[in-house]
Amino acid sequence: MGKKILLEHINVPGIETYDVYRKQGGYTAVEKALKTMTPDEVVEEVKKSGVRGRGGAGFPMGMKWSFLAKPEGVPRYLVCNADESEPGTFKDHYLMKNLPHVLIEGMIISSYALGANKSFIYVRGELMYVVRILEKAIAEAKAAGFLGKNILGTGYDLELVVQPGGGAYICGEETALLESLEGKRGNPRNKPPFPAVKGLYQSPTVVNNVESIATTSWIINNGGEAYAAIGIGRSAGTKLISASGHIKKPGVYEIELGVPVEEFIYSDEWCGGIRDGHHLKAVVAGGSSVPILPANLILKLANGDPRLMTYESLSDGGFQTGTMLGSGGFIVFDETSCIVRNTWNFARFYHHESCGQCSPCREGTGWMERVLHRIEYGHGNQHDIDLLVDVAKKIEGNTICPLGDAAAWPVASAIRHFRDEFEWHITNPSEATQPGAVFKGDMALV
Amino acid sequence: MENTQPQLFKVTIDGIEVEVEPGTTILQAARKIGGDMAPPAMCYYQPLKGSGGKCRACLVRVAAGSAKDPRPMPKLVASCITPVQDGMVVENSTNEQVLSTRKAIVEFLLINHPLDCPVCDQAGECDLQNFAFNHGMATTRYEEKRRTFDKQDIGPYIQLHMTRCILCYRCVFTADQITQKRVHGVLGRGDAAEIGTYIEKAIDNDFSGNVIDVCPVGALTDKTFRFKNRVWFTKPVDAHRDCPTCSGNVTLWYRGEDVIRVTARKNEWNEVTEFICNTCRFDKKSTSDWVIEGPTKVSRSSVISVNKARRDAIIPDFQKKLAAATYTDVHEERDTSQLGIQQLPPERFAPVLPHANDPEP
Repeated sequence: MGKKILLEHINVPGIETYDVYRKQGGYTAVEKALKTMTPDEVVEEVKKSGVRGRGGAGFPMGMKWSFLAKPEGVPRYLVCNADESEPGTFKDHYLMKNLPHVLIEGMIISSYALGANKSFIYVRGELMYVVRILEKAIAEAKAAGFLGKNILGTGYDLELVVQPGGGAYICGEETALLESLEGKRGNPRNKPPFPAVKGLYQSPTVVNNVESIATTSWIINNGGEAYAAIGIGRSAGTKLISASGHIKKPGVYEIELGVPVEEFIYSDEWCGGIRDGHHLKAVVAGGSSVPILPANLILKLANGDPRLMTYESLSDGGFQTGTMLGSGGFIVFDETSCIVRNTWNFARFYHHESCGQCSPCREGTGWMERVLHRIEYGHGNQHDIDLLVDVAKKIEGNTICPLGDAAAWPVASAIRHFRDEFEWHITNPSEATQPGAVFKGDMALV
Repeated sequence: MENTQPQLFKVTIDGIEVEVEPGTTILQAARKIGGDMAPPAMCYYQPLKGSGGKCRACLVRVAAGSAKDPRPMPKLVASCITPVQDGMVVENSTNEQVLSTRKAIVEFLLINHPLDCPVCDQAGECDLQNFAFNHGMATTRYEEKRRTFDKQDIGPYIQLHMTRCILCYRCVFTADQITQKRVHGVLGRGDAAEIGTYIEKAIDNDFSGNVIDVCPVGALTDKTFRFKNRVWFTKPVDAHRDCPTCSGNVTLWYRGEDVIRVTARKNEWNEVTEFICNTCRFDKKSTSDWVIEGPTKVSRSSVISVNKARRDAIIPDFQKKLAAATYTDVHEERDTSQLGIQQLPPERFAPVLPHANDPEP
């Protein structure tokens, strides 16, 4: 069994209540941090652990914390980004629903380290019941003296606010999240200034993912070096993976970074293999926005070595032969899935979720969706494929926020690796538009 | 003495060095050099705080970040919001990537634009028209249906024609910054986003007319001028009056003896210098209301200046290029009424029409 850090007590009955969580050793990290460590020591410990942002970008969390500007007399804020809306990613939802106190404990430690006296948890609007779970957990922690004024007699005050969002994907982008939190329209801001200098209410702000914040309590209890020892190289620690698609056991799994992808898919401990009688065709390894990879490339690197579940190994080879770990939304496709239809579905999502602020994303996402729709429904032309590649290239990197990239990568990568399937749709429209019709050409199935 | 001088930053744009004050944006530095050096700007509007960064028309490449850290920036940056650093080297029209991206931005902005310039009141003084003419392609690759909206009535003076809008947010900033209360804003998301007054309110305040001047396209037009005339048939004249609410410095647009339109004065970048009130703009339309100062300076490249309405007057060779071009009609090649797909040669996407600024073939 791999090491469990976040989901260690997931099977303990009643773990969502304060009493059970406390009996399992909960909130000892808060006591340790607040009573025996200075905020700078906490930041130092997190830096040592090498934990990287679990929201998708993988930016080292300790580094992010140390960038926080600390001008005199200006409040600082910690915002927890729980607006998890990436298709294929559902780990934060699972964590907050089952182990709310892990997040609350992490929030207290992180807020203490950053010197924030008011911290926010911005929860995706669709998850109202999770908001209630978190609010109940906060009330319990407050009753036990871990929140509010003068926590544990140390003189540190902290108030936690849970804010439900309106259910927009764009509000998972940190500056759009801050705008939304301020009560404005959720449009990403121009950067610079970065949130670490001018964030929420023009004050220095750190925005972290749920999973990143939740790891801090283990790091404080066991030390940064112990955390850095887990995993491989710069991919330290464990990661929650939301596995879905054509596998026998979909669900949220905590893995030590460094597990081979092949083992993750086929081992009974995790996904349990592809459903009976079918073969692996493709994998989207980190949520819908990362490039899709065909079976042969996801299992092996370009040089033949096995691909591992780490930031570096998954992105090995750039976008030509690699992908990204992203937020850990692991979507598996078998040979019954149509890549064109799937790409259209993703493009439709990004078209719907583009905020409409900057022109490449606003117009380009809609354009790609319409062209893909045409190909899927048998009205495509050969030149449409090159058109898609070109439009995706022109969106990528030219937008205010990463949503443009996220919309362009799945389309560009699907054409890069499955071009023959697109061509089959165009040359055999009557066959391709039959219900359930799938390309059966020359493909590397595993 | 030297300490009192503000330290100036040296910036090189397309090989030309300019000294600007710290905090200046790349776009402003380029405008200081002047002429064609300035990147195009569709959403940035210098008098409006917070504008810019949205249209991506002004993207440039930073080849060296500063003298201290001469690494290039990994992505193209929006020059209108990126402050300069000392020793920064910027590539604007000398960089292939910048030019091709700009071409793509024109294409993106135009895919949902109705291209109804022949009936649009903005034609001739339209930022999008100039931008597309200078940087865009002659043809489009977009074959789908365009986004359309119903025309909306937003008060006695202003007509909102949302279909033409490019969502630059300028009118939103204007209403925020020079009027007491903003009643219009951006509704919806993505390419369904629209400027609107929720729900069907009228924009009614003394300075509401300024949104017409800041609009880069013909989405917000003056109801008192709509369909009255083409802008290149009118003569602009600077004038002023003693106005109790605004500066009273305006441009009058004459057709013969009649003032058919009053607008605020604009600088060479098409930006309003002083916002004017609705009384000046909509009510004072006779010469006796005004003290005439003299003809407005109009750029020689503008169609408003004499004889510039003829395209061969601007670029003499363009006629020749057009005559030599091969036209392809989309509808001849493509019959969408049936499912059978016709194979098209890859040359379908070759540029069939020349660009106005292309070198001779």
